[in-house]
Amino acid sequence: MITKEATKAAPAPAPAVPEPPLPARRRRAWDEAPRWQIYLPLGIYLVFTLIPFYWILLFALRPAGSTSLVPWPMTTAHFEKVWTDRGFGTFFQNSVLVGVATLFMTTLVALAGGYALARFDFRIKRGFMLALLCSQFVPGALLLVPLFEIFAELRMINSLGSVIIAETVFQLPLSMILLSNFIKNVPYSLEEAAWVDGCDRFRAFRVVVLPLLRPGLIAVGSFAFVHSWNHFLFALMFLNNQEKQTVPVGLNTLMSADSVDLGALAAGGIIAAVPVVIVFAFIQKWLITGFSAGAVKG
Amino acid sequence: MAQAAAVAKPPAPPRRRRASATPRRLPYLLIAPAALLMLGFIAYPVLSVFYYSLRDYNPTKPWRNGFAGFGNFTRIFTEDPLFWDTLVFSAKWVFVEVGLQLMFGLALALIVNQTFVGRALGRALVFSPWAVSGVLTSAIWVLLYNSQTGITRYLADMGVGEYGVSWLSDTSTVFPAAIVADLWRGVPFFAILILADLQSVSKDLYEAAEVDGASRFKQFWHITLPHLKDAIILSTLLRAVWEFNNVDLLYTLTGGGPAGTTTTLPLYIANTSVDAHDFGYASALTTVAFVILLLCSMVYLRLSKFGGEK
Repeated sequence: MITKEATKAAPAPAPAVPEPPLPARRRRAWDEAPRWQIYLPLGIYLVFTLIPFYWILLFALRPAGSTSLVPWPMTTAHFEKVWTDRGFGTFFQNSVLVGVATLFMTTLVALAGGYALARFDFRIKRGFMLALLCSQFVPGALLLVPLFEIFAELRMINSLGSVIIAETVFQLPLSMILLSNFIKNVPYSLEEAAWVDGCDRFRAFRVVVLPLLRPGLIAVGSFAFVHSWNHFLFALMFLNNQEKQTVPVGLNTLMSADSVDLGALAAGGIIAAVPVVIVFAFIQKWLITGFSAGAVKG
Repeated sequence: MAQAAAVAKPPAPPRRRRASATPRRLPYLLIAPAALLMLGFIAYPVLSVFYYSLRDYNPTKPWRNGFAGFGNFTRIFTEDPLFWDTLVFSAKWVFVEVGLQLMFGLALALIVNQTFVGRALGRALVFSPWAVSGVLTSAIWVLLYNSQTGITRYLADMGVGEYGVSWLSDTSTVFPAAIVADLWRGVPFFAILILADLQSVSKDLYEAAEVDGASRFKQFWHITLPHLKDAIILSTLLRAVWEFNNVDLLYTLTGGGPAGTTTTLPLYIANTSVDAHDFGYASALTTVAFVILLLCSMVYLRLSKFGGEK
């Protein structure tokens, strides 16, 4: 999937002679590294990357007490236990709710702000941009106490709303910068043409600009979802009620038990990973483009 | 470019009605939701941290609450060895993590930027830990490091090391163990960012270098690296700030232990406010951490000549 994007970005010059059907790569010699220089380090690194994944699968699937290095005989006992006895079913629902709400709030608010930043010059624009950048240095973890007090004041402790707001707020700055860069890449003349045709500004935006923002929206939306899905401190602090907790908090509870139930921990970990893996597979081909358009060049 | 276009208001097309009826207020309306959220939930908390830092504030000891002047700050710098310990550990943690992540991330990006059979799969697998959360990373490495059925058991089976070793509870091994766990998740971040930037290097440059007989290493040194400079500076800075601030992994993996040896400054602050309820002192610590972070970032950007001449 990524390859397609990559070759689009850096097209290898078409060879003059039609290639042989074998997928021998059409590259010139200057670009070629000896094969072993690619496969050897990549292989070693992959071992390092994949062993931990295999380890957690192994612990989740093999019966308790087994020391076999293959998950056979396979069992789903750990998953059943974690899902019902340890409340991961509820945590999962809560996490999905938080993630989806954060996704929509972040994308909508950042889209409006990003459009303003991309299309207008207004008096406080420079100051606002500076504030966005500075906010990157503000550690959410160090604001836990004042944030807790604010949410207590708003009577939102123990409600998922507090976590949704907190996650959204800390996602906003980067999302807004990212989206405004995507919007800048859409020629203003397209919108103007739509106005001439009788669209008002909102309709012109919806019909002309929005469809072109798909990669940007996907990048921002999925980052927002994955971040809030993964993030743990806000939920840990603002949700005391077991019924309201999220998956990462559940994992932490499993880990901090006196004697850790490793099988349950592994199964819980896999439950935590599934939505991320799905999102990740879905956004792969937009990932690199999204990063290069926004995050790095800021 | 886009700004220039933005200044110019639409040149009054004949039928513009609602289109730009409120063009002057529109940008403010559009940023209002974002601005309000950030004012209420970032700016206000930051200000209240500054405010509390000058006060004694502990909900469990209300009789002592009141104005403290710079008392909290003098206590930090003169009476609190833990502050210095955790600050030094934070610096060590950030420096080692970011350095190693950059090194491996750069190498990986260069490798998967080559053309080879299985590249798409290779990239997907190499990048995959990027999306794994700090807590899940901890969970995975707790499984790997546990003394009974962890990796050490199987190593011992093969005759390497001893049985029952727990790297996370030994002060001499906990640092490398935690570093490796965080590397596992951090390297893909750099690899992705650098790969994105690598794809914008003009191929002509390499071709010209090739004609001039430059070796592959020289091409890397004189073409690739200068091109990547700004991306590397920015991503190392962002990552350093992030590694400093983020407490998910250490909080869940080691809890700052054993014996406080892996407590970073933010972790210490979290413990001070959450466990000891000493909000005033924690706020002063936060202020100090914030200033240190800001100063380091400015010095770093200045020294690295970010955005300067190539």
